[in-house]
Amino acid sequence: MAGLTARFQPASDQSLLISFAQRVSALASLRVRRLLRLLETNPLPGVVNLHPGYCSVLVRFDALVTRHGDVEASLRRHLENLDDVRLPEPRDVEIPVCYGGEFGIDLGEVAGMHGMTPAQVAAGHSSVVYTVDFLGFAPGFGYLSGLPDELATPRLPVPRRSVPAGSVGIAGSQTGVYPFATAGGWRLIGRTPVAMFRPDQEPMSLLAIGDRVRFRPISAAEFAG
Amino acid sequence: MILVESPGLFTTVQDLGRPGFGPMGVSPSGAADAVALRVGNRLVGNSENAAGLEMTLSGGTFVFPEGAFAALAGADFGAALGEAEVSPWTLFRIPPGGKLRTGHTRTGARCYLCIRGGIDVKPFLGSASTHVLSGLGGLEGRALRKGDVLRIGNLAATEPRPEGAALPVFLPRKTLRVTDAPQSGWFSEASRSIFYSSAFRVTEEANRMGLRLEGPAIAAPAGGNMVTEGVALGAVQIPAGGQPIILFVEQQTTGGYPKIASVIAADMSSVGQLRPRDEIRFERVDLTTARALLREQEEAIRAIH
Repeated sequence: MAGLTARFQPASDQSLLISFAQRVSALASLRVRRLLRLLETNPLPGVVNLHPGYCSVLVRFDALVTRHGDVEASLRRHLENLDDVRLPEPRDVEIPVCYGGEFGIDLGEVAGMHGMTPAQVAAGHSSVVYTVDFLGFAPGFGYLSGLPDELATPRLPVPRRSVPAGSVGIAGSQTGVYPFATAGGWRLIGRTPVAMFRPDQEPMSLLAIGDRVRFRPISAAEFAG
Repeated sequence: MILVESPGLFTTVQDLGRPGFGPMGVSPSGAADAVALRVGNRLVGNSENAAGLEMTLSGGTFVFPEGAFAALAGADFGAALGEAEVSPWTLFRIPPGGKLRTGHTRTGARCYLCIRGGIDVKPFLGSASTHVLSGLGGLEGRALRKGDVLRIGNLAATEPRPEGAALPVFLPRKTLRVTDAPQSGWFSEASRSIFYSSAFRVTEEANRMGLRLEGPAIAAPAGGNMVTEGVALGAVQIPAGGQPIILFVEQQTTGGYPKIASVIAADMSSVGQLRPRDEIRFERVDLTTARALLREQEEAIRAIH
């Protein structure tokens, strides 16, 4: 991949951050997925964990076993093979969502900010196919790209202390589903009855990096199942 | 078997955690003071990764119908076995039917009760650690309750040390040593100077996910446009309000706030002993120093056998 360089920075005394870009881009995201795949299939000595992001991967290592320079050298060798990495075929995942009301308490406000009706926001949000750029934050939380520009909405100025599990939110040009009740600053437009993280199933996470996701509007009655 | 007569303020089953699941958004969890858990396990002759009970600020009361070999490590919770006081960092035998009481902390935030054989719970992703946020691991993914019954496992690896032997005490630090983080250079010289010269107080919002601090505001970097990225254990984030947050063992795996510094591996167990209202400072070290400190700590732990 000529023209794309990687930047290496110590993130702590036991981790190294490799970044492909400083701004979100489809190409940087593809490189993240490929590197992650490569590191999962060909693990590096001393590397104990990986935290993917939009444009970067944080590589955590055992500082008693290896050091930044050695991890960087190994990663540079991996980068030479990045173009040859075959990614698994993306899966199609459908997530049912009940928009608005008690399930999406910010839907009215989001609609107002865009001069739309709540129904138009819900229709827009469920009209496109999203890509899971990576999983992070909490178990099974997928960062989805592909939100229609007209729905991009800033985060809440002050995050909520607790957001119900299954909440579907928007933050900037991102959308995602909170798998667990956690603190969160995304604006909530709906909720899914589907479990995003299922410790008794394989795979545990409903979403995997690279998946294509579509939201399907459902009624409150259907939500209650 | 262990009967939980009273659980204490917040007691969870913890081992050394489950690294390796960052790509699923799962943080490792594990003991907040891993040094204490490792030493406690060594005292009772367990493998270092055996699960023990992590007690927080105020401990519980536990009954051992069949007795056990046990050790307490970490902060001094004023423990007593029957009428006899039990010091931390010592091995002791609990007779059948014995009752171990722990109270309020006299020193740091966390005390570990290690039992020869370890605590036997169903592992989640290869670890017994409770991940409180997601309600997974440990005993039903939650803190212990009155009436819980825990099984003792068979993770003893070696003979226990002689009872009551004197042991080195690992003293937690209040000056945390840090190295640079990816956005350290985004902060002005003045902001960094404030960060390294000021005392910060640990707020009530200090738990296994992270510790919010309060002190002089650190001005957010100008013009920096942060893209969400993976964050390191011990990363010191500076959100918009300028009050630092140290990411801890149940951390979010990614974040969008700039990081000014990152606590070194050797000082993470000290973070696990910080209590609300403790005053701390930050001291910058280079990576070579951080590595030397980690080796030094490792040798001290391995010297216990």
